[in-house]
Amino acid sequence: MRRVSLPLWVVAGLLYVFLYAPIVVVVMYSFNAAKYGGPWAGFTTEWYGKLLADGLKQHAAWNTVVLAVVSTVVATVIGTMLGYGLSRYWFPGKKLFSWMMYIPVVIPDIVMAVAMLMFFGLVREWTGLFELGMGTMIIAHITFQIPFVAIVVRSRLVGMDPAIEEAAHDLGATSWQVFWHVTFPQMLPGVLAGAMLAFTLSLDDFVVSFFTTGPGATTLPILIYASVKRGVTPDINALSTLIVLASVIGTIGVTLLQRRHQPTGG
Amino acid sequence: MRDSSRSEVRYGERLTRAGQVGRSLVTSGLGIAWVTVFLLLPLLAILVISFLTVGEESPAEGPLTLENYKRFVGFGAFGFDPLYPLIIVRSLVLGAGTAGLCVMAALPLAFFVAGLPARHKNLALTLVIIPFWTNLLIRTYAWQILFAPGSFLANVAASWGLVGAGQALYPSMLAVYVGMVCDYLPFLVLPLYSSVEKIDWSLVEAAADLGADRWRTFWHAILPQVMPGLVAGIILVFIPATGQFVIPDLLGGGKVDMLGNLISRQFGASRDWPFGSAVAILGMTIVLVGLWVYARQARKGGGESII
Repeated sequence: MRRVSLPLWVVAGLLYVFLYAPIVVVVMYSFNAAKYGGPWAGFTTEWYGKLLADGLKQHAAWNTVVLAVVSTVVATVIGTMLGYGLSRYWFPGKKLFSWMMYIPVVIPDIVMAVAMLMFFGLVREWTGLFELGMGTMIIAHITFQIPFVAIVVRSRLVGMDPAIEEAAHDLGATSWQVFWHVTFPQMLPGVLAGAMLAFTLSLDDFVVSFFTTGPGATTLPILIYASVKRGVTPDINALSTLIVLASVIGTIGVTLLQRRHQPTGG
Repeated sequence: MRDSSRSEVRYGERLTRAGQVGRSLVTSGLGIAWVTVFLLLPLLAILVISFLTVGEESPAEGPLTLENYKRFVGFGAFGFDPLYPLIIVRSLVLGAGTAGLCVMAALPLAFFVAGLPARHKNLALTLVIIPFWTNLLIRTYAWQILFAPGSFLANVAASWGLVGAGQALYPSMLAVYVGMVCDYLPFLVLPLYSSVEKIDWSLVEAAADLGADRWRTFWHAILPQVMPGLVAGIILVFIPATGQFVIPDLLGGGKVDMLGNLISRQFGASRDWPFGSAVAILGMTIVLVGLWVYARQARKGGGESII
């Protein structure tokens, strides 16, 4: 491998500054005493105190976590079963369906969002079901998460050596025993990777939530968007700083976990 | 193939076709049903509704018509109007422009990370992943602060005479591009980096030994090797960038209308579901056709494609 030349250091350094400028400025301004943004007016933790007293924002944080956890658990179970089935068994139309699974990956999320919004609206008109709110938002998240989980799990299964499962069968294990003792432990890293992907997709999502939510079911991204539309306020910076902090801790935690499990790879 | 009694041995088990279908139902059944009901049916519904019109009381009614599509490509009730075709072009240019700028920034960054000694590499890579996992909305509105009147960047631009003193740098097209590139850069760096890591440097040395200058070495010995990561990254950037409505909304103000803004408006204030559906369907088709053409070209160029 070649060494890094000086000009490359400079260019890369500038690009890191570019990537981190927005994050740093949000963190900095969350401690800025100036009420309406603007130049630096001294250090304060006032905005964090305000946040602690703000029930609306705490409710939104709670909603975001519930949404991410519930949708990830459901989508991981369904998506894992789907990925396993697709990697092992044939059914008529399998090829077509396997293509369709890539839809959430390759279409802009706004198309998916409005399609589901309209679908919920139409079904609601006929049946009274799917009143927009937490429920519809969870369903919508599960819907775009399932294909991502299934794709990750399937690619893990396809990469496995079939000889191990064949050996288990030859040695007299039942189908269930083979799955539980041989296949599942091997596919588990794929399941966890899929779940992690689904979780972050849900936490980060704004567009799908924005269109499929209803009154009372606000998430943090929706709350931030609505506030920023009225003008950036210091307490939004404080809230964002806490979210950034959570992301940083999450990223470092996952990186350390991965390094422990794969000592050779990055 | 169609003989259901025929069986084959897979993974140490003998299963007939019917047996396979049964197993599929038990394992994949729920997932197939969920995706069909909540994703494929809704997409089918917007396809159908895009051929209807807004009714007096219902959100959409017959008869079937091509009116929405005609209006979107510019031929509305009052003759040709380039407003909507311009939005299509502007969105595609924004998507392609963002992808192009991200490629130019991602190449040095990926080679930088890959060239570091092992103990610094993980840190440099984690520093790219952190913004990748930080909410896009936060990283976008932060540019409102960075571009606000009286901010460092606004003052620099004013001293160069680019904007008047005390003016903001947003809403503007420049702000939209800056926000887009900043938000999507990690999406390109990560797949590109994994390709750069796999480069066979002996090929590069061979090219240099055979007298190729630096540019030709890059073009013929390095670029083909990183093509898979580049193609994957460009796809990851181009699709969401073309459909973006948050970034143009927050950094472009009302000035910069994109496909995403147009669609979201039809399902909000304008309440024209059929027209919004037509925009979504045609916009999506254009994006997918563009990608397909691009993926074919890229494959011809020697790279592999993820699609």
